[in-house]
Amino acid sequence: MSPVLIRIALLVSAALFAIGVVGVILRRNAIVIFLCVELMLNAVNLSFVAFSRLLGIDGQVAVFFVMAVAAAEAAVGLAIIIAIFRHYEDVDVERFDLLKW
Amino acid sequence: MIEFLFFLFSALAVLSAVMVITRKNPVSAVMFLIVTLFSLAGLFVLLEAHFLAAVQVIVYAGAIMVLFLFVVMLLNLGHAAGTEFRGSFARTLAGAFGLGLAAFTAWLVMGGRSPMPGAASGSVTDPILPLLQEHGAVGAVAVPLFRRYLIPFEVTSVLLLVAIIGAIVLARKEAP
Amino acid sequence: MYHPVLPWLILALPLAGAALNGLGAFVWRDDRKLATLLGPAAVGGAFVVVAINFFAMLSAGATGPSVVHLWSWLVSGGLDVGIDLQFDRLSMVMMLVVTGVSTLIHVYSIGYMRGDPGFNRFFAYLNLFVFFMLVLVMGASFPLMFVGWEGVGLCSYLLIGFWYESEEYSNAGKKAFIVNRIGDFGFLVAMFLIFRIFGTLDFVPVFGAAPGTLQFGGAWATLITLFLFLACVGKSAQIPLYVWLPDAMAGPTPVSALIHAATMVTAGVYLVARSSVLFALAPLSQAVVASVGAATALFAAVIATQQWDIKKVLAYSTISQLGYMFLAVGVGAFATGIFHLMTHAFFKALLFLGAGAVIHAVEHAWHGTGRHGDPNDMRNHGDLRRWMPVTWITMWSATLAISGVFPFAGFFSKDEVIWKAGVLGYPLLWGVALVAAFLTAGYMARLMALTFHGGENRTFDPGAESGAREGLHAAPAVMAIPLAILGVLSLVGGWIQIPEGLPLPHVAALEGWLEPAFEPAHEILAAHGGVAASTSPLGGGELTWGLVSTVVALAVVVWIFRVVVRRRYVRADEAPEPAGLARVLYRKFYVDELYDRVIVRPLMALWRGCWKIVDDGLIDGTVNGLASGTRAVGWVGSQFQSGRLGAYILLFMVGVLVILGTLAF
Repeated sequence: MSPVLIRIALLVSAALFAIGVVGVILRRNAIVIFLCVELMLNAVNLSFVAFSRLLGIDGQVAVFFVMAVAAAEAAVGLAIIIAIFRHYEDVDVERFDLLKW
Repeated sequence: MIEFLFFLFSALAVLSAVMVITRKNPVSAVMFLIVTLFSLAGLFVLLEAHFLAAVQVIVYAGAIMVLFLFVVMLLNLGHAAGTEFRGSFARTLAGAFGLGLAAFTAWLVMGGRSPMPGAASGSVTDPILPLLQEHGAVGAVAVPLFRRYLIPFEVTSVLLLVAIIGAIVLARKEAP
Repeated sequence: MYHPVLPWLILALPLAGAALNGLGAFVWRDDRKLATLLGPAAVGGAFVVVAINFFAMLSAGATGPSVVHLWSWLVSGGLDVGIDLQFDRLSMVMMLVVTGVSTLIHVYSIGYMRGDPGFNRFFAYLNLFVFFMLVLVMGASFPLMFVGWEGVGLCSYLLIGFWYESEEYSNAGKKAFIVNRIGDFGFLVAMFLIFRIFGTLDFVPVFGAAPGTLQFGGAWATLITLFLFLACVGKSAQIPLYVWLPDAMAGPTPVSALIHAATMVTAGVYLVARSSVLFALAPLSQAVVASVGAATALFAAVIATQQWDIKKVLAYSTISQLGYMFLAVGVGAFATGIFHLMTHAFFKALLFLGAGAVIHAVEHAWHGTGRHGDPNDMRNHGDLRRWMPVTWITMWSATLAISGVFPFAGFFSKDEVIWKAGVLGYPLLWGVALVAAFLTAGYMARLMALTFHGGENRTFDPGAESGAREGLHAAPAVMAIPLAILGVLSLVGGWIQIPEGLPLPHVAALEGWLEPAFEPAHEILAAHGGVAASTSPLGGGELTWGLVSTVVALAVVVWIFRVVVRRRYVRADEAPEPAGLARVLYRKFYVDELYDRVIVRPLMALWRGCWKIVDDGLIDGTVNGLASGTRAVGWVGSQFQSGRLGAYILLFMVGVLVILGTLAF
């Protein structure tokens, strides 16, 4: 495996991460924002795997954990969105100012 | 061959990621993300992370994305309002951040701060292949997981339990 | 060798009296027995101790000062000021006058303040005043004298505003204190200069070293003495700081008698006399002192001729006579100045006490008829001699004394002042003093005529109505006896100094007694050309002028008396406002108004500016501004807490990127 490919993998990871960030900033729909967050997480996973190719198996173990946590987080986050939707019939983040005291 | 596949999967991942963030229909967005995840799984395989590729398909694309889809369907968003993009300020900010971040990380990757291992010599010793040969694809991950990372593993299971309970509590209908 | 006998007792008695009476004012408020006894006894006791010391000093034949060191007070660096009392010939004279006259006035006050609810408080303050006055005259150093100086100022304030419920009276007290402060500034600066040059502030070393240290007519001597004189101008009510004294008449009349006639206001004269060596070394200052004194003497006398309030007449008279004392010490006749101080204490105290009795009586007369009027206004008096014979006679004694009629005390002291001014080279001031003397005779005669005579030409006769007659009564014994004693002293008090030029036995008791105290000063003056002439500026010896002044004074008295007695006067509240020159004089040359415009109002504008602009605007503005600024910053920060999820997500991302950036570097 040549270092070039690994470097390309990392660039892809960077690109995916940046795209994810743009998506988070750009979208209104809470679920889609979530989706972009998952995208960012995957970008990071790719980065971990690419580095593990160079530095050891620990990177892959990390990916394992990331996936587990991402699953948990997705479950809880979506539950919250559902709860919000029940009250407001809407998931537009621009609309909510519930966090204001 | 490997290079070709590599580039294929990379391009696919990036393109569908772009589609994810630009689709108005949330269902479409989920679909494209699934494509991205699959491409990533392919990249995992090419990077000798076979077990993770499988887990990616099974858990991520298979379970989590399905969950997303369920929720999208449940909320029946479709073409409803709330699926547009944020205002002009957010757009400029997003553009700036996106480009800046991409450039920045690219710079880092290309050895901006410190050179990549093996950049000078052109090739590196491979730490993964011996493990793969010794324990197999699953074992390569499992052995460190259950030995060195046993405690995080157990803690993560507790975390999953907590998440399950939390999700149930948050999403149930209020008692009448 | 003279050892002072029980020196501390002289101070302790009045102080204890003040403390006990003060306590009494709180504890046994309306019970007057203790104060009645204790007030005069405290001062009388002090007088006895002083008298004992006087005889001891006399028999020991001591000429120099005996300093009693009580304890150390301020020791700091090169400064060492102790509680030291100086017993010498000059302080002995002052002590006798202060304690003696004070005792008489305390006794008088028992009767005068009889009905007053603040009886105990009055005696506490009065005793305290005597204590401070004694500290002033007994102090052996400038700081200790200054303690007394300030203390009498405080007591003056307390006593002027004694009836503090009236805003007018308390304002008078404030005015006295504030104007005095200007003088006190002079005292302080002088002390700083003295310490700088001499390294000590005790009288004995300073005056001993002065002839050698200070250059005759030099800048230091002149500066020190001018600043000391500034203090005198304030305390002794000379031009331009005299304005507080007429207002001080708001206080009870015994206060006016004791503080503003006999003792406190004379402190300035004492200061100059005590510092005679310094003044002798500064001829410019001496000229200033003499000129201011003479000018004040004339100026105040002129104003007194048109005043209707009996106490105001006496107040301006006091200012005028103080001017004479300063004229005396200014020309170098220190003993003469002290002599006039002494006789003036007698007859002026008497005049005030008598006026007090008059005011009291008239007030009671008004009460009896149910009408109201100003009891101080002389137009409301008239023919009171029928009802108050003792007061009448004693006040005539004082009037003749102050007018300088032979053989009363004032003849000897005042004419001596004028004579000395003439022969020691101040012809202009001599002339001014002469004119003022005749004016003095004039306004005093006017006072007597208005108050005690001329009943048939008045529209209001206090004694004519039956209701009033019960109110008018002669002074009770406790008031009459001090009056009588002072009356006698006004006659004989001058006989201790009979000059050579007169066909009478030459007596120079006071001058001889004080000679050792003033010898250093006289030596300096003599060395620098101060030789006394033997004839006055217009020629003629002492006998001539003695005759002339007595005759003219007497003539003026008789003439003014007859004029005033014949004239018609209506009651004060019906009287027309004076016009023309009379108005200017009545309004005291508008000096108070001038001060108000030129000094007080700009100062108040300055204070108001400081208040509004500096305090409210700048300081409060800065402090409040800081608070407002903090709130503004907080407001800005709070804008981030919009609660809007979308905004939070944005910020989230920004934060993430910041962290990434930090980690990368």
